[in-house]
Amino acid sequence: MKESISLTWRRIPERYKMLGSHCTTCDAHYFPPRMVCPACRRKGKIEQFEFSGNGKIYSFTEIHAAPSGFENQVPYVMAIVELDEGTRCTGQIVDACCKDLKIGDPVEGTFRKILSDDPEGPIHYGFKFRLKK
Amino acid sequence: MRKVAIIGVGMTKFGENWDKSFRGMVTEAGVKAIQDAKVKGDEISAGYVGTMASGSLVGQEHAGALIADYMGLNPIPITRVEGACASGSLALRQGVMAVASGLHDLVVVGGVEKMTDLDTAAVSQILGGAGDQEWELFMGATFPGLYAFMARRHMHEYGTTEEMLASVAVKNHANGAHNKYAQFQREITIEQALNAKMVADPLKILDCSPITDGAAAVVLAPLDSASSYTEKPIEILASEQASGTLALHDREDLTSIKAAKIAGQNAYRKAGIAPKDIDVAEVHDCFTIAEIVATEDLGFFAPGQGGPAALEGKTKIGGEIAVNTSGGLKATGHPVGATGVKQACEVAWQLRGEREEAQVEDAEYALTHNVGGSGATAVVHLYKRGY
Amino acid sequence: MAGIVGYGAYVPKYRIKSETIAEVWGEDPDRIQKGLGIMEKAVPASDEDSATLSVEAARIAMKRAQVSPSEIGAVYVGSESHPYAVKPTATMVAQALGTIPNLTAADLEFACKAGTAGMQMCMGMVDSSMVKYGLAIGADTAQGRPGDALEYSAAAGAAAYLIGQDSESLAVIEDTFSYTTDTPDFWRRSKSDYPSHGGRFTGEPAYFKHVQGAFNGLMEKMDEKIENYDHFIFHQPNAKFPKAVAKKLGVSKEKIEPGMLVPTIGNTYSGNAPLALANVLDHAKPGERIFVTSFGSGAGSDAFSIQVTDKIEERRRDGYPLSHFIENKEYVTYAIYAKLRKKYKGM
Repeated sequence: MKESISLTWRRIPERYKMLGSHCTTCDAHYFPPRMVCPACRRKGKIEQFEFSGNGKIYSFTEIHAAPSGFENQVPYVMAIVELDEGTRCTGQIVDACCKDLKIGDPVEGTFRKILSDDPEGPIHYGFKFRLKK
Repeated sequence: MRKVAIIGVGMTKFGENWDKSFRGMVTEAGVKAIQDAKVKGDEISAGYVGTMASGSLVGQEHAGALIADYMGLNPIPITRVEGACASGSLALRQGVMAVASGLHDLVVVGGVEKMTDLDTAAVSQILGGAGDQEWELFMGATFPGLYAFMARRHMHEYGTTEEMLASVAVKNHANGAHNKYAQFQREITIEQALNAKMVADPLKILDCSPITDGAAAVVLAPLDSASSYTEKPIEILASEQASGTLALHDREDLTSIKAAKIAGQNAYRKAGIAPKDIDVAEVHDCFTIAEIVATEDLGFFAPGQGGPAALEGKTKIGGEIAVNTSGGLKATGHPVGATGVKQACEVAWQLRGEREEAQVEDAEYALTHNVGGSGATAVVHLYKRGY
Repeated sequence: MAGIVGYGAYVPKYRIKSETIAEVWGEDPDRIQKGLGIMEKAVPASDEDSATLSVEAARIAMKRAQVSPSEIGAVYVGSESHPYAVKPTATMVAQALGTIPNLTAADLEFACKAGTAGMQMCMGMVDSSMVKYGLAIGADTAQGRPGDALEYSAAAGAAAYLIGQDSESLAVIEDTFSYTTDTPDFWRRSKSDYPSHGGRFTGEPAYFKHVQGAFNGLMEKMDEKIENYDHFIFHQPNAKFPKAVAKKLGVSKEKIEPGMLVPTIGNTYSGNAPLALANVLDHAKPGERIFVTSFGSGAGSDAFSIQVTDKIEERRRDGYPLSHFIENKEYVTYAIYAKLRKKYKGM
């Protein structure tokens, strides 16, 4: 997988610090950020919101067949994490394998390389999760 | 609005068609469907084609123009539509709307994908584009991974087991063994399915549909003139489409695909029939869990009962509801843009009574269910024997 | 005067035992463990590098300091394993911490002492009122050539120090002194994957001379005595050198024990003395005095005289202590180690 420099750059605040959005009209939190609150539409007021990265595992899997760019990482664990603020996102669970996990386990945010296999290309960093011990 | 019927169907063999090109396959399927409809090319006034990723898979965009040209249909308008793995059904729906509205009389609908010209990792990445590229795939998720999230929740909430998942693969391989167009025309055992190589825990390789080349086509006509072309027109009772969130993580419930549920409910309402009326259903089993979820979303079984139903054989030919008599995506193969149109071909053959060993007795009502991505697009069609 | 307002340390989860490495090369594990005094070392996961380790450590430091990221005027990351040859690690770290854009940032390299060099730079900037706070990080994912003695020690870890005014510090840095010469004891050319070293030459003319030079220099400058300090930290390339230098200088074993990390995590290079200091701070009592002497090949040493204040207990309540990361470990085989460190051809 290759991602263009400008795309990566646009996503840096969101990927590094989990900057998402909050609708002050209905108090819903969104990550990744949204420009329009899908519940309130034009009545919604969107503001930037920094997520804590804390949450619980909602579902998980261990990837054995990886897309290009992730081959050297297999097997690796992916999860849908229910963030404490009340929305869900997809991310890797680091330093773990499938048998270590169960639905509901608490996790915390961490900062890791996401894609770095192209020796001539840029390194893409971002949030991942690890089990809270 | 006019009632619409399928008057001709045709498809290529699905599989690793090393000797067949993108344009060759779609032309072959289109010609077969037009011949099956016993119409002349000149009578066709429009076309719609579904392909998810011809640009990435074979470098060819502008598929509509290519097909008009190679099928000898110039200068009629042919339009490409895209909705990931539901592209074929979207093309069918465009065709239905064009005929129903009176804009066109005879319309050809095609679906095609040429997937084996690239290696598996590249194809996985392209298919990943059906999900949320920036927030799922970039993070390392894969399509098997997304459906594994659904499987894990289904197991957690309903006690669905890996054996139930495996039984879907066993049943679909058994059906595929009787389909001359299928990529896999062989049976498998439950042990083989359970012990297959892990892809995305708990989904193993035999829980996954394969990478496939193939094309399928149908010819549509107004129902009231359909019998002048064919003795066995198939009436399209409903064509419904619904959307859901692009990313799986934004769905409230991972044990169901809401868009599919809504498309199904709308279709039943429009057609005035109920799930129990359906004799044969082709559902989108890109992964075994997807068939279990589909049979629940479409009202064949209560939520949580899709797994036990599959294990107990209720979805076999001769069971309560025959699901994926073609072998489904699992055994027939899944050339993504072609799948939705292939489903229409299969149910047309069933309703015409032409499926020989795989024939569902006295099939009168049929359903097709085609899903794009992890459920962001869902299309449900209902069909009735029109003779 | 400047001091430490917040600190944090991080070590990756994976470990490889010295005996596991020794087995691959037909070495006697007892001889390695006794000779180097290293039982196991920390190995980074395949998605960790000096930037990610820095962020982990710095986030803990920030949590403890309770300082707004926008008040940080400088970020320096010292490492000999910066992810890029050209493209500053400090920018990734500053962005991840939210200190952008009104700050100065740069990467430092001085073998194993780039982290303490950053601390000195921040002290100067705080003392001169050029910045309110400066963040200095020492981080490395060090590589040892397969089969080389360094393979037993080259480890991964990071420690971060937020430097600010002494009045709000959890530990005041009373003074610092450095000792530097051109001594080619250890180096890595720009296109080499692994460093080279001078074997026994790394001892007397390099490590011992510079560590003693900085140590004695600061003691003399401050007119201080060993008995006025509760803890001593000497750079730990192995367990032998710091013990030997302590003995030469007349420092008791007990006073170097709390900072001895090399037996359990290996040599974290730029993270070495900073991590040891973090471990001492994790347990130090208000009023205690700590004497730190780092060493970087090439060669130089930075010495610091530090006194813990009564703010320490409240500050270190937040964030994980270093022991959290040291104790949460998983052993890997040599084959997995080689995979994590991308030692296989074609990776």
